Amino acid sequence: MKKFNKIVSVALASAMVLAMAGCGSQKAVESSEAADISEIPGSSVEESSSQTAGNAEGTFKIGGIGPTTGGAAIYGIGVMNGIQLAVDEINAAGGVNGYMLEANFQDDEHDAEKSVNAYNTLKDWGAQMIIGSVTSTPCIAVGEKTHEDNMFQLTPSGSAVKCAQYDNAFQVCFSDPNQGAASAQYIGENALAEKVAVIYDSSDVYSSGIYESFAKGAESQNFEIVAAEAFTADNKTDFSVQLQKAKDAGADLVFLPIYYQESALILTQADSMGYAPKWFSCDGMDGILGVENFDTSLAEGVMLLTPFAADSEEEKSKNFTTAYESKYGETPNQFAADAYDAVYIIKAAIESGNVDPSMSVSEIGDAMKAAMTQISVDGVTGEAMTWAATGEVNKAPKAVVIKDGAYSAM
Amino acid sequence: MKKTMSKTLRSNIITIGLVVAVFVIVQILIGTGNISSLMKGLLVPLCVYAILAVSLNLTVGILGELSLGHAGFMCIGAFSSAFFSKCMKMFLPGMPAGLRFFLAILVGAAFAGLLGILIGIPVLRLKGDYLAIVTLAFGEIIKNIINILYLGVDEAGVHFSLKSSMDLHMEDSDKIIINGAMGITGTPGDSNFTIGIVLLLITLIIVLNLIHSRDGRAIMSIRDNTIAAESVGIPVTRYKLMAFSISAALAGVAGVLYAHNLSTLTATPKNFGYNMSIMILVFVVLGGMGNIRGSMIAAVVLTLLPELLRGVVSDYRMLIYAIILIVMMLFNWAPKCIEWREKTVAMIRGKLSPKSAAKEGE
Repeated sequence: MKKFNKIVSVALASAMVLAMAGCGSQKAVESSEAADISEIPGSSVEESSSQTAGNAEGTFKIGGIGPTTGGAAIYGIGVMNGIQLAVDEINAAGGVNGYMLEANFQDDEHDAEKSVNAYNTLKDWGAQMIIGSVTSTPCIAVGEKTHEDNMFQLTPSGSAVKCAQYDNAFQVCFSDPNQGAASAQYIGENALAEKVAVIYDSSDVYSSGIYESFAKGAESQNFEIVAAEAFTADNKTDFSVQLQKAKDAGADLVFLPIYYQESALILTQADSMGYAPKWFSCDGMDGILGVENFDTSLAEGVMLLTPFAADSEEEKSKNFTTAYESKYGETPNQFAADAYDAVYIIKAAIESGNVDPSMSVSEIGDAMKAAMTQISVDGVTGEAMTWAATGEVNKAPKAVVIKDGAYSAM
Repeated sequence: MKKTMSKTLRSNIITIGLVVAVFVIVQILIGTGNISSLMKGLLVPLCVYAILAVSLNLTVGILGELSLGHAGFMCIGAFSSAFFSKCMKMFLPGMPAGLRFFLAILVGAAFAGLLGILIGIPVLRLKGDYLAIVTLAFGEIIKNIINILYLGVDEAGVHFSLKSSMDLHMEDSDKIIINGAMGITGTPGDSNFTIGIVLLLITLIIVLNLIHSRDGRAIMSIRDNTIAAESVGIPVTRYKLMAFSISAALAGVAGVLYAHNLSTLTATPKNFGYNMSIMILVFVVLGGMGNIRGSMIAAVVLTLLPELLRGVVSDYRMLIYAIILIVMMLFNWAPKCIEWREKTVAMIRGKLSPKSAAKEGE
């Protein structure tokens, strides 16, 4: 029995450490909202009545959902900051049609269940539209609930097709099949390689989604996939086996539809085994130049399809990057850029649809849905973005290559 | 003898009455519109975690074996039932939702229970630390197999692959049901609070009845002294297996409820990994090992806490949650604290009724 108690205490101690570790640095969205949020538990009656009758004070309440703690926190924090930056800018410039915007961002820990809880919290707060969720699986779960309420939902970075399966949901980023097919097309049309290897994360929705559509797209192109090697989230530090297989199969290009943390390891390990193929990746690779202790010269020549590059010379992106850096002291990633655009997209749709904050959630949802298919937005992640009623965005993919330690357009 | 009988009966009635009372109060609150959307959304998860805590208490508190793979059984229940529900929705769209969900619960419980038996046969030969390690491993294996499992059904039959969805060779990719890491999407949302409470009550009745039955006493005797139990002719392996598989089947039921509450189901380390197993163990240990009512209350409190803290201190809620865990652990288990608690209780009792205190003193 003594031993038993010992194990229990060790197990519990580790659980606590994990709970502590999950508590990343979460910045306050805006102190003025603290008062609003703290009303939630007790005063649900007024909350729900104000929700149906609309908001008389004349502010649009925008709810954001994403992971600000846990493993995917870097994406959620980027989105949270991006939203706040855009909201502050718009308010400083006089708001939308004279109405102010107000944002409230809730943590979902990259978990579908917590994401629905976050959505319900925002509903109690009186949210009229939702930017989120940041990651795909929680986004699909939240989509089911927003569809029930007919609340307008715009996901900055939920890239699975099902994220926009209902008519009230729209995407800012490309969907996974889009990215995979576009990559295959790009490699084929530019004759970058004849034999291609793919290393992907089979336990990740984003990665396996892109791989599948890439493989389908590759069938009609003039190159051949000679190796498709998978790894999982539990086993992502040693890639020598996957690289060796790619090398033995004679692949002259390796496609990496994965996030930059693993990509950095792969590039380092490939270099140490003397394997130097061409590298091609998607938007998850954005951020590789910021990895600590990573020799950026290894990333030289890596090609990636991404909607946003932080060191772009283009005016809009440059302004956004400067504003973000001066406010938060770090370089924005693609997620922050998507979220920043999301707020401006909402602004454009509000203006086009003549939406005003006194309308009910469902009325706003209907008006925004109709407006979304008519607007065209120039943002930092794409020029002249338009939307079909299905919710998918229509914009030109940008391919960039890493040259002299910086992204440059191809 | 008569007195002790009525004591257990009273305790059981309090436990079940508590659940019914909560149900009635919540129904009144919903009826009068006095409940926030957040609370409404939390009702089904609360039932899920309460069922999990009660079921794990059977293994940890009653059988006395430490299992760290409970989330694995929940995972099996969730995926098998979601698969069943989606198949039924596809091929028998006319089936009433109630009947479909009832069958889904049976399917989930059966699969989880069966796996409990299969895993239990080799694993229950181990004790203490070793059992904990092996159950932990099995939990992770289940999660990882589900993550590479591709399963689809169409007119030609069932398609199955462990590599990728292209290897299924299906014409219509919409009919892939389990799509590897992407899991199952579009499970019908059949769970609701009433069903959750009914399942929780059934779980409680099963577990409480088992504890106070002949089999339950045999199981507890194994916990208290295996050698003595064996020497009086109790078939140790059989009873161990029985408790373990019932516990697994009930965890499967919780999984069914979980799967039908959200439209997406993926096996991530967060929801079916060992983090979740430890979480359930925390409910059990904080509520008291062997104390069914306590583990249920601990599950409810610890699930509600981080969500309610959202409103008060959004930034530090996870930190506060961890601190409260530590404080609760100390309050419940530290010897000095127990001593202090007993003293205080005795003092209050003494003040309230000096006669009975004097009697105890004799």
